[in-house]
Amino acid sequence: MARITAGITSSHIPALGAAIQTGTSNNDYWGPVFKGYEPIREWVKEPGNTPDVVILVYNDHASAFDMNIIPTFAIGCAEVFKPADEGWGPRPVPDVIGHPDLAWHIAQSLILDEFDMTIMNQMDVDHGCTVPLSMIFGEPEVWPCKVIPLPVNVVTYPPPSGNRCFRLGESIRAAVESFPEDLDVQVWGTGGMSHQLQGPRAGLINKDFDLNFIEQLIKDPETLSKMPHIEYLREAGSEGIELVMWLIMRGALGDKVEELYRFYHIPASNTALGALILQPEGIGAKPPKVREQVNA
Amino acid sequence: MTDKKQRIDIHAYLAEMEDIPGTRVFTAQRARKGYWLNQFAMSLMKEENRNRFLADEKAYLDEWDLTDAAKKAVLARDYNAMIDEGGNIYFLSKLFSTDKKSFQFAAGSMTGMTQEEYAEMMLKGGRSPEGQRSIKEGR
Repeated sequence: MARITAGITSSHIPALGAAIQTGTSNNDYWGPVFKGYEPIREWVKEPGNTPDVVILVYNDHASAFDMNIIPTFAIGCAEVFKPADEGWGPRPVPDVIGHPDLAWHIAQSLILDEFDMTIMNQMDVDHGCTVPLSMIFGEPEVWPCKVIPLPVNVVTYPPPSGNRCFRLGESIRAAVESFPEDLDVQVWGTGGMSHQLQGPRAGLINKDFDLNFIEQLIKDPETLSKMPHIEYLREAGSEGIELVMWLIMRGALGDKVEELYRFYHIPASNTALGALILQPEGIGAKPPKVREQVNA
Repeated sequence: MTDKKQRIDIHAYLAEMEDIPGTRVFTAQRARKGYWLNQFAMSLMKEENRNRFLADEKAYLDEWDLTDAAKKAVLARDYNAMIDEGGNIYFLSKLFSTDKKSFQFAAGSMTGMTQEEYAEMMLKGGRSPEGQRSIKEGR
């Protein structure tokens, strides 16, 4: 049977993709960010840690979805997803290869579980999906695993509640565990952490909020999932609302998790960046040698 | 019988969204107002459209059902004014990407700070939420 073996969180900001593309990932500004991802990159290459499939939770940034169609939760069931042209040409990264059998299985299971998913059989994927792949897998010719993109609307209000996201994660876990093929599946929650990209309040960062969010995500996600949108907006900035997507990842890991790695860094362009490796109870993968880097 | 579902009061929810200093949350009202501005920005995902836009911005904008204020804001690259017209930053990112500008450039341009001052603020840990949480409560 398929199983969830780990949850990873990652930033997905386009500037990280640009740093790779322009060869500036070693400079004074980006160097510490890429150094913070190194333990994740090493860990995910270890035997047993490379997933067969990643369910990649992200938000589309007005690329696949314009103002005409705004699905709250969508799931990519296609064979292949092309990098989107977001105004500077498509990112020069491999196509994202899907896992239609598992994706359709999850879609059907979720709908029966009362999550009314939008099924995408044709969809370009933007930086929200491809930047985490680059940050964690580097620059391979082909991505080392299949990917099921799961876009969440956090752009047009209201986005789904934290609670809804957490419950969706729980249902994703049940769906994966009822898939008959032996597959190691990771769920990635991307975006965040505190940031605001608009208006006179742009540049907002809230380290205390972010570090508390990480703690509670690990230890008491049930309580965290009850936090209303307005708290995210007031405390973590208007785009900090992306953090609800981390609750989908967390819901998919079950009650107890082990924290294998934590990276937190300020600033990455306009944002505070958080990257975690979490493992459901009973999986037993070894953590990276370095367990924590907090540069803030 | 299950417990009665707790419902969010939509009016209170939407009112709170307007209580954050220096922030325009992309509510349905703004999304409706900015429909064509955002769709115009989306059109810049195609290279031929970017080229046509850059060759004659005014003519390209005239092809869209935009208010004069929205057209003026685009021509001036006034991102605060575009957001006032219902623009959303992720849609508008197609415009600043067409200009080869970054999210940091666009975000910084809305704060009244110079690019250097904004970048420096971010390096020093960003803008504190202190006093920036609520207009009504002044916290």
